[in-house]
This record gives sequence, C-alpha cells and structure tokens, in this order.
Amino acid sequence: MNKYIERLYNGIIKENPTFVLMLGMCPTLAVTSSAINGLGMGLSTTVVLVCANLLISLFRKVIPNGVRMPAYIVIVASLVTVVDFLMQAYLQSLSAALGVYIPLIVVNCIILGRAESYASKNPPVASIFDGIGMGLGFTIGLTLIGLIRELLGAGTLFDFPVLAQFGWFTPITIFIMAPGAFLVLAFLVAGMNIVRKKMEEKGKPLAKPAGCLTGDCATCGQSALCSGKTTVSQTEEAKAADAAKN
Amino acid sequence: MSTLAELLLIAVGSAIVNNVVLSQFLGICPFLGVSKKTETAAGMGGAVIFVITISSFITGLIYKFILANSFLISKGIDLTYLKTIVFILVIAALVQFVEMFLKKKIPSLYQSLGVYLPLITTNCAVLGVALNCVTYEYNLLEGVVYGFATAVGFFIAIVLMAGIREKIEYNDIPKTFQGTAIVLITACLMSIAFMGFSGMI
Repeated sequence: MNKYIERLYNGIIKENPTFVLMLGMCPTLAVTSSAINGLGMGLSTTVVLVCANLLISLFRKVIPNGVRMPAYIVIVASLVTVVDFLMQAYLQSLSAALGVYIPLIVVNCIILGRAESYASKNPPVASIFDGIGMGLGFTIGLTLIGLIRELLGAGTLFDFPVLAQFGWFTPITIFIMAPGAFLVLAFLVAGMNIVRKKMEEKGKPLAKPAGCLTGDCATCGQSALCSGKTTVSQTEEAKAADAAKN
Repeated sequence: MSTLAELLLIAVGSAIVNNVVLSQFLGICPFLGVSKKTETAAGMGGAVIFVITISSFITGLIYKFILANSFLISKGIDLTYLKTIVFILVIAALVQFVEMFLKKKIPSLYQSLGVYLPLITTNCAVLGVALNCVTYEYNLLEGVVYGFATAVGFFIAIVLMAGIREKIEYNDIPKTFQGTAIVLITACLMSIAFMGFSGMI
C-alpha cells in the first residue's frame, strides 16, 4: 500500500507537473482564466491520464517497442475523444469554454511522458495511482493559477464575488486576458526559482523542469518521438564548434 | 468560392490579430524553448510554416473526402467523430514522411529545417489548426490559408522573441527572474502589444 501512497505524493508534491516539472504549459496558460475552467481542464486531463496509464500498462508486454509511440497516441486520442463527447453531452458550458483545448489533451506532454516513463514499465495498479497523483498535481496547479487570475482579474472565486463586493476594488482585467497568463506564470516560475534554491541549500534538491520549456530535448517525455535525432542544442554546439574551427 | 477579401481577412486575423502563440497559447513549448538565437528561431519558424501548411491541406482533404464524405453520411455513416484520432496520426506520419522526403530530394532545405521537424510532431499548434479548420467550417482553400497564416504568426512571434532574448542576455536581471521567468515577462509584454491589433478586424 505504501508504494501507492508514495506515487500519489510523488505526483502531487515531489514531481508536481505544473510547479516542479513545468509540463503541459499550453493548457496551463490557455484555460486558467477562471478557477472553474482550470479545475475542469485538470479533472478531464486526470481522467484521460488514469485511463491511458491503465491501458498502456495492461498492454505493455503486447505493444512492440518499435511502434509504441503511435500505439500510445491512438490509445490517448481515443480516450480524449470519449471525454470530449461526454463533456459535450453533460457539461456543455464547460466544454464550450475549454473549446479546442479538450481535444488538444492528446498532445499534452504529461500524458505521453507518463506513458513512456512510468506506465510502460510498471504494473497496472501502480500506474493507476501514478496517473491519479500526476493528474491531481496538474489539477491543483491549474486551479491555483485560475484562482489567482480570477481573483485579480474579476474579483471573484469560482464565480462567487469576493473582492468584487467591495466598492474600492477595480478588477485588473488584464489578468483574465492573454497577457495575464504569461505574467502569472512568470511570477510562478520566479517563485519556484527561490524555492528551488532554498531546497538545494537544505540538501533536498527538487526535480528539474523536464519539458520543452527548458529547450533541453534530452529530458523531454516525448524524446522517444525524436529519439536518435540530434537535438537543437547539440546542433547549436556543433555549429559553434565549426565556427571556431574556421 | 470564397472571395479574396475573405481570404485576406482570415490571413490577417490569424497571423496578427489572434496570434497563435500570444493569444491562443498554442506552440508555447518551442516558443519558449527554441528562441535563444534568431537563427535557430527562424529555422523553427520555417519548419512550422512548412509543416502546418502541408498538414492543413492533407487533413482538410481527409476530412472532406473520407470523414465527412457526403456519400457515407447519406448512408448513415458519420465518421467525423474520429477526427482527433485521425488528425494526430496523420500529422505524426506526415512529419516523418516530410523529413524523409526532404532528406532525399531537397538536402539544402533539410539542412536548414531538418533538425526541427521531429520536434513539431507533437506541437499543439499543428493539431490545433487542423481541428480549428473543422470548427470554423473552412473549405479547403480557406483552411490552407488559415494554416499558412497561423504559422506565419508563429514565425513572427518566435523571431521577435529571439531578437529580444539576444538583447536580454546583456541586461542585468534579478537572479530570481533569470531564465524562463524573464522570457515569460517578455511574452506578456509582447502579448499586450499584439492586443493592440485586436481593433483591426
């Protein structure tokens, strides 16, 4: 049982996809204009992640190594289609608010990353817990960012007036618009830089950001898709070496 | 048929007014990750223009003639629900194919774009464009124009960002904000600037 709780802890705190690993930045920026949208996006991603982890883990011995990425993509895309139609049927307003970002869960790096680095090597139950942990970590991240943006940008929390009921409060509308997303994320990254430094001084360094955000393809969850290819940074180095020679 | 004015409206609208990166947040990963140098950024932007234009044409064809085939629909078979699955697989295969084709036939173009092609497979902008074409009910020509213009918008954004980042390197930035944080602040300011275009259409 301990192993499963460790997976949840790992996903929610130790390797939190939003704050620590910095994965899935497209939905993080795009749908967090309100807390409810962030929560909805997080939960739908969690559902897809848990089911995908379970299926991939069950089929891990059947899927040939050479075609594993296309196989994962088919599994994830089918699940996303199911979730998309369920939301269109039962949660119309949320589905309309999230729009194209629901089908785009397919290309969310968290899902393919977990499939590649965990579910393809571990038994089903552990993979389910890994999916729940990572999914909840992502949900918490999105909801928190959504809360901050909604509070500053509209003065409400989950559409419930908090600051908006005071006469002195003027909503800083830019926070619920596109630039606000970048601004909030910038301060989040800066804050995490401080936390990272403090933890390093304590001797308990956090996991490094793993996404394309760092421009480092080697640690990317999808590196399997471009495996064997020279990464951009390596090419740059090679070019610099060439220039130095000439 | 759509008139030239309508096509121009789609092009300007998707390249500048609703910029793919700065207002729709698609393709954030390469925008932040591969924008350290103008040269690399231009390479990435070029590869994205190339792939999105081809893929919006191919996915448009597949949607019109296979998934939403009027004959099949008249027989009660509606395959449009398969669009997400079909599009992502087609895009993944297409990128591999384009890479092989360029390597064999146009080595000079492969030299400049080749490295970036595999990185684009899972770029959400490519799938986003294909899905948006369906949502907006664009015909084939409008879809290709929309795809090309969106990719040009990406090119503009990533090259501008790379230019600014090259300048930022010489600035004195607080330690906490070094790296990704200052890039995001820059993106925020660029996004505000691009909001100024929103009155154009």
